[in-house]
Amino acid sequence: MPMKSVRTAINEAIAQEMERDPNVIVLGEDVAGGQGSSNGPGSVGGVFGVTAGLYDRFGGERVIDTPISESAIIGTANGAALTGMRPVAEIMFVDFIGVCMDQVYNQAAKFRYMFGGKAKTPWVLRSMIGAGMRAGAQHSQTLHPLFTMIPGLKVVMPTNAYDAKGLLIEAIRDDDPVIFLESKTLYEQEADVPDEAYTIPFGEAEYVREGDDVTLVAMGGSILHAKAAAEALAQDGIECEIVDPRTTSPLDEETILESVENTGRLVIVDESPPRCSLASDIASIVADKGFKSLKAPVKKVTCPHTPVPFAPSLEDEFLPNASRIIAAAKSAVDYA
Amino acid sequence: MQLQMSRDDLIRAYRRMTAIRQFEERVEKEFALGNIHGFAHVYLGQEASGVGICHELTDDDWIGSTHRGHGHCLAKGCEIGPMMLEIMGKEGGLCNGKGGSMHIADFDKGMLGANAIVGGSPPIAVGAALTQKLKKTGNVSVAFSGDGASNQGTTFEAMNMAVVLEVPAIFVIEDNGYGEHTAASYAVGAPSIAERAASFGMPAETVDGTDFFAVRDAMLRALERGRSAEGPYTIVTECPRYLGHFVGDPQPYRSEQEIAEARARDGLVNFRARVTDAGLLSDEDLDQVDQEIAAEVETAVETGIAAPQPDVSALEADVYASAY
Repeated sequence: MPMKSVRTAINEAIAQEMERDPNVIVLGEDVAGGQGSSNGPGSVGGVFGVTAGLYDRFGGERVIDTPISESAIIGTANGAALTGMRPVAEIMFVDFIGVCMDQVYNQAAKFRYMFGGKAKTPWVLRSMIGAGMRAGAQHSQTLHPLFTMIPGLKVVMPTNAYDAKGLLIEAIRDDDPVIFLESKTLYEQEADVPDEAYTIPFGEAEYVREGDDVTLVAMGGSILHAKAAAEALAQDGIECEIVDPRTTSPLDEETILESVENTGRLVIVDESPPRCSLASDIASIVADKGFKSLKAPVKKVTCPHTPVPFAPSLEDEFLPNASRIIAAAKSAVDYA
Repeated sequence: MQLQMSRDDLIRAYRRMTAIRQFEERVEKEFALGNIHGFAHVYLGQEASGVGICHELTDDDWIGSTHRGHGHCLAKGCEIGPMMLEIMGKEGGLCNGKGGSMHIADFDKGMLGANAIVGGSPPIAVGAALTQKLKKTGNVSVAFSGDGASNQGTTFEAMNMAVVLEVPAIFVIEDNGYGEHTAASYAVGAPSIAERAASFGMPAETVDGTDFFAVRDAMLRALERGRSAEGPYTIVTECPRYLGHFVGDPQPYRSEQEIAEARARDGLVNFRARVTDAGLLSDEDLDQVDQEIAAEVETAVETGIAAPQPDVSALEADVYASAY
């Protein structure tokens, strides 16, 4: 199988679905790029190049550059999806969700229920998450808990290129609004990715690593830190089992509980603030349904309850890292 | 202008306006009796606006509506019975009792949903218009909103987006004089809502929203542009509401004289005078419609009161369309 980056895998997924289904359209700021410019449209392909080439291949009717109007972007996706299209809308950075949240949580998420099961809103909202790029407080957040708590939405966070392609194709074919969160720090990560289209079902976590001593549940960009921590802990004879939920809504509780049953110890690594988060959610699920399995208190390795800082010294301290994961895992193992 | 309409067309227009009038008067009454709960916002005084806009639309044209949406539903062809069931929160309602007054949708009739968020519909209507454009249907998408929503950023974004994407969206802004309890004369900063819409780069006009024929004429101009996919259009219809913001609003902010003046601009009386003076329909024709609608509304209310609320098994159904 050819090695591809997360960026390439996402681009390939969109292109293959556009090829397969004429109702799939892409819209957002600079998804083609250069509309009205001296060099013409198609010259950008997304601020990080994820949608590069789609304009040249599918044209401006299906790869639609929009004004910087997030409410109108998601509103347009809503209306188009309700009436038969399958929009893949981009909100460049997830931080911008604040200016269009109504169209996400009051509209898209509720149409089907409010309208008695008659509506379908099959869109994908792609957006970038994650700190570590020195981008400051309004271009760096990881906001999956915000979406996960809203009934009607599905939330996907791929951590590798193989998953990114399969989950995105699943998302485009799914009949519900799906929030697809791309970790900026993972775009260059490569994996074996088949050329042909394939899907990965939602709600199925993946064992990234097997081990019997501590379960590490890690999401999004945190997966790299979890892997590094697991390698280091193995040197000390502590074997970690890493579980990547892949989707936070639906959440594969079963696999998490199964792993905790095996290890008896749980460290949740999540790059979002600690309160009302996936980390606290998973901790509560395990406390409720896996209480007997636990040999030690559940540990959370998250960001502090602060905005994302700008200075490198502060941002590095802000993010979950391998040494904090190692410390948390050791404290669980050492718990009397 | 009336002469261009057939007798059947005129009857249909009057039937829909009458349906709205009688339906809303009954909603007000049943609300007071406790047969309708929650919040209800009625469309009394604005009948000619919704019916004039929807008269030339088909089931394949989409409309998006507002919190004051009963009239838009009836104007677009939704049936009185299932609407009353929905507003009463009963089984068999248009949304199986899960939507209520502010969330009625009827996709078979091209009704994309009432919307309880002021300014919620315009961006959605742009998306439906994008579908019309991409599928080359020749159909249009209408966003109803009010003078209140005309001040929302979502409306501005939607108007600009519609111009940029050149989609057949028709923005209908019903200026009923008030956004909740604050007058449009205070809250709309611009001298004219239509001029503000026009500044986005589309044709825009203001019409008397209590005059069915004037509204329909404006809509024909908007449709000429929309059906040939030339781009968006804005129509501002001026139609003062008879009642307050919600059913039960005592309206301490409006003088008796102002309310009397609003009620004097009666779209149904106006319509009746025009068609009978021109000899197109007789008073008997119109009286018969009044009676038929009265019977239909009566049946809807009786059926609604008798109908069961949804079984609790429906609570967790229909959150998702695909597996979850």
